Amino acid sequence: MKLKLALILATAVLLAGCSDTGGGAGPATPTGATPAGGTLTVFAAASLTDAFTQLGDRFKAAHPGVTVEFNFAASSALREQIIGGAPADVFASANESNMTQVVDAGLATGPTPFVTNVLQIAVPSDNPGQVAGLSDFGKAELLIGLCAEEVPCGQFGLEALAKAGVTPSIDTNEPDVRSLLTKVENGDLDAGIVYHTDVLAAGDAVRGIEIPAGQNVVATYPIVALSGSDHADLATAFVGYVRSPAGQRVLESFGFGPA
Amino acid sequence: MTSGSANRARARPPWLLLALGTVAVAFLVMPFLALLQRTPWSGLGELVGRPVVTDALRLSLLTSLAATGAALVLGTPLAWLLARQRFPGRSAVRAVVLLPMVLPPVVGGAALLFAFGRRGLLGESVYDQTGLLLPYSAWGVIVANTFVAMPFLIITVEAGLRSMDRRYEDAAATLGASQWTVFRRITLPMVAPSIVAGAVLCWARALGEFGATVTFAGNLQGRTQTMPLAVFLALESGDRQAAIALSLLLIMVSLAVLVPMRDRWLGA
Repeated sequence: MKLKLALILATAVLLAGCSDTGGGAGPATPTGATPAGGTLTVFAAASLTDAFTQLGDRFKAAHPGVTVEFNFAASSALREQIIGGAPADVFASANESNMTQVVDAGLATGPTPFVTNVLQIAVPSDNPGQVAGLSDFGKAELLIGLCAEEVPCGQFGLEALAKAGVTPSIDTNEPDVRSLLTKVENGDLDAGIVYHTDVLAAGDAVRGIEIPAGQNVVATYPIVALSGSDHADLATAFVGYVRSPAGQRVLESFGFGPA
Repeated sequence: MTSGSANRARARPPWLLLALGTVAVAFLVMPFLALLQRTPWSGLGELVGRPVVTDALRLSLLTSLAATGAALVLGTPLAWLLARQRFPGRSAVRAVVLLPMVLPPVVGGAALLFAFGRRGLLGESVYDQTGLLLPYSAWGVIVANTFVAMPFLIITVEAGLRSMDRRYEDAAATLGASQWTVFRRITLPMVAPSIVAGAVLCWARALGEFGATVTFAGNLQGRTQTMPLAVFLALESGDRQAAIALSLLLIMVSLAVLVPMRDRWLGA
């Protein structure tokens, strides 16, 4: 009886461990081991997902035999993975502070800003809360979400609200911008503050409401080829392509502004 | 029985079992040792006293215990039905019951939103008529915890019921006891160790729950931010020391409950 119980216990615990994929700090590195021959591994902020996927395809087309693998996650999660020794060749962050920490850890030198993004209010397409601007974020009867202040979009959102002189009545601080946007899309929130590019990417499911320049915050994204890269030349080439006029045009088509 | 098992315990274990068992212990203990090695012991007291930590700990204990209570009340009867009754679709029910264990918790949380969210299958009409909303409240955390953790109780209790000696139930029934009386007076006491084991597993799983909670209930200090969410965000903000200290606190709390339970109910 005791042995049987112990067995059940062990099996169940094992299953729990296997199924618990939600608790980690984002996806593991896509390569797992040292990148082979011509594989470039790019760690990029979640908000760059669509734009960088397209940039990666074009880069591959221009460099036959080269594969580009992406790890998209919150910049802070990527920073932790890079400092923890993840085999990344390029790091593109959604804010300066995560990049600074990677530089301070001696893992990169000379990051350059390559793109900017502004904030927008996202509401469900039917705007059930009749949100018109940041002042509505103080209404307790509305379901208001922000990013957590631990991630860049949360810091920027609070900054914008402070500029507008609004004390928000927050219902949830989401761990990243995509999960915030998903809740707005599904109508589980009346409004949230996200990046302009996220509203564009969401299409018809979400309506964007402009934040006036006086209240808005401009996020500057830095990029760098990491010092520990086994493909230093490829990494530099990729960073160069992202900053080239052709690369900037792709980024612009996804709603990013010039750095 | 006692002297027999004592003799058995004294005999030398086969080397293969000993070797593999040692590897298993080392594998499981190593990460915890690494965690301890990185723990900022000097700042621990200050960290643990922070309002964000006390809020998260209080909420975690409250919601995980409530979820365990809900799982006991709902899951034990279901385990009995699965173990003792024949009905069409029983194997399908059994498979569905296990789904939350294999589903990535974030997906489970999204599914809960589709069901009980403001625009959900059931949630929409409830919200329109009463204004009640599960997400963004401690109730939402309890629902997410129960969804993810209840299967652990169900499979443990069902296995206990299946391996139980049924002659006592049969004898009671022969003597005229109703099925309800047999369940209450014979089955429940006999299967109690499995129920306790299942409840402990369920509670431990609920205490560590992250994905379904953050997706369904959201994250707000004092209202929905449990310990795992606080740990995750501390890590996000780059405050690794705080994240480690919080994890350690969570581990100590669970050990404080699990170790006495194990000695008392599961045999040490």
